Amino acid sequence: MNRPAQGVLLLLVGAAVLRAGTTDLYLRYVRTGLRPLLLGAGVVLIVAALTTFWYERRARHAAPHAHREPRVAWLLLLPMLVLLLLAPPALGSFSAARSGTALGAAPASDQPPLPEGDPVRLSMMDYASRAVYDNGRSLAGRHLTLSGFVLPGDGGTWYLTRMVITCCAADAQPIKVGLTGTVPGRLKANDWIQVTGSYATRKDRDPVNQEPIPYLSVESSTPIPAPARQYES
Amino acid sequence: MKKLLVLLVLVVALQAPISHAVSAPAVQNWMTVFIAVVAQALPFLVLGVLLSAVIAVFVPPSFFVRALPRRPALAVPVAGVAGAVLPGCECASVPVAGALVRRGVTPAAALAFLLSAPAINPIVLTATAVAFPRDPRMVLARFGASLLVACVMGWLWLRLGRPDWLRPPPRPSFEGDGRWGAFWGSVRHDVVHAGGFLVVGAMAAATLKAVVPAGWLHAVAALPVVSVLVLAVLAVILSICSEADAFVAASLSQFSLTAKLAFMVVGPMIDLKLFAMQAGTFGRRFALRFAPATFAVAVLGAVAVGAVLL
Repeated sequence: MNRPAQGVLLLLVGAAVLRAGTTDLYLRYVRTGLRPLLLGAGVVLIVAALTTFWYERRARHAAPHAHREPRVAWLLLLPMLVLLLLAPPALGSFSAARSGTALGAAPASDQPPLPEGDPVRLSMMDYASRAVYDNGRSLAGRHLTLSGFVLPGDGGTWYLTRMVITCCAADAQPIKVGLTGTVPGRLKANDWIQVTGSYATRKDRDPVNQEPIPYLSVESSTPIPAPARQYES
Repeated sequence: MKKLLVLLVLVVALQAPISHAVSAPAVQNWMTVFIAVVAQALPFLVLGVLLSAVIAVFVPPSFFVRALPRRPALAVPVAGVAGAVLPGCECASVPVAGALVRRGVTPAAALAFLLSAPAINPIVLTATAVAFPRDPRMVLARFGASLLVACVMGWLWLRLGRPDWLRPPPRPSFEGDGRWGAFWGSVRHDVVHAGGFLVVGAMAAATLKAVVPAGWLHAVAALPVVSVLVLAVLAVILSICSEADAFVAASLSQFSLTAKLAFMVVGPMIDLKLFAMQAGTFGRRFALRFAPATFAVAVLGAVAVGAVLL
C-alpha cells in the first residue's frame, strides 16, 4: 500500500468515525461517554490524511519512497465500509437469548426509596435489582413504567429486556424482567414496548446462567419505536 | 490506489445485494460486536499513536537514560509502576511500548510497561472498585497481581529473551520532512499498521463470542482449578477493553474471586486483538513466544495473589 492510498484509507476511517460520532449511530456500538474521544480521533485521522497528501506533493520530485505498508492494512477498510454502508443495528433479542441476565453485577441491598411520580419511570437495572435483592420492598404499592424489547422465553413467557453496556457492545449483557398480568398479544421478538404495572412476587431462573429473573404485573402497555439510546449503562 | 477506488465503487454499487446477504440475525450480531470492538479501541489507539509519535520525534533518547535506572533489573519495576500514568486501555500501550523500544529503552522495561499500563492505571482501578463494591480487596489484588506479573515478565525477558526474537517490521524514514513531517508520518504509519492488526483481532473476538455458548460457563464454575483456567481463556477470547472487564468479571457471579481476578489480570495483558497488534509491532517471532509465556505467568500470578489476599 503506497502513501496516497494510505492517505485515502485514513480519510475514510476518519470520515466514518466522525459520521458515527456526529449522529446517533455510535450509540449502537459504544457508550455515550466515548463520543468526545471518537470525534477527537476522527479529527486526528483526517489531519493525518491531509498531511499525507501535503508531504506527498512536496516529495514528488525527491527520491521515491521504497517503504510500503503490509497488506493487512487494507483490512481497515472492512469495519469502515460496514459502518458506513450497512450500519448494523444495536444488539437485541438474538444476543439476549444467548446470554444470562446480568444481575450479578448489581450493587447490594439497601435500596433508596423510589423517586416521586405515578407511575414512576425506572430503568430495567433499577427495577430488577430492587425486585431481586430487596424482594420488592421499595416497590410496594407503586405504579411503575419500564421500557425495552421483548424476548420469548419458555412456555409462552415474554421477557422485557434491555442490554446493559459498560464500554461497548462487546461487553453487553441483558437484564430480563418477566411479564405477567395483561401481557399484550401479537408480540414478536425484538418489538419495543413500554409497560406500566406493579411488582409481582413471582421469580424465574434464567436457563442460561440460573440467575433470578423478577416479574412485573402488567396493567397496560403500548408499542414504542426503538429509542436512539437502546443500551442501559 | 486504483485498486482501492475500484473496490470502493464496487462496494457502493452492490450495497443492496450485500446488505440482503448479511441480514441473518447471527451475521448482524457478529457485525455489531465487530464494529463495537473496533470503535471502542480506535480512539485509544489514536491516543497511543499520538503519544508514540511524540516520544519518537520530540523526546530525546537521553531523557529515558536519565529517567530509568541504569541497571535493567531495576528499570523493569520502575517502568512497571510508570504504567500507572497512561490512562486508557491496552490498545494505547502497544504503540507506546514500540516507540520506547525504538528510543533505546531496554526491551525488558518497555515490556513491563506494556503489560502493566492497561491494568494499573487509575481509571481501570476505579472501575474495578465500582464493579466490586462488596470486595474492595479486589482492587488491591488486581493492582498487586498485575504489577507482579509485568515485572516477572520483564525479568524473564532479561534472563531468557534473545534480541533476534524482537524484530520489529521495518519502518519508513521520515527524514527530509522536518519534525512535523516526521510526527505525522509516524502517526500515519502506526494507525495504518496497528489498525489492520486491530481489525484481525476484532474479527477473531466477534467470531469466538458468537460461537462459544454461554451455557457451558455455568457447568464449570464450581470446579476450582478448571474455573480459573476457563475464565483466563475467556479473557483472551472476549478481548474486552480493560476499563470494562471488571464489570463483566463481576457479573460472572458463580465463579470464585480468584477466577475473576485471573480474568482481570490476563485480559489487559494478552487477548486476541492484543496478540495481533503485538505481532504487528514487535514481529511474529516475538509474539508467538511472548503471548503464551504472558498467559502462564498471569494465571500463576493471579492464583498466588488470590491465595494471599482473597
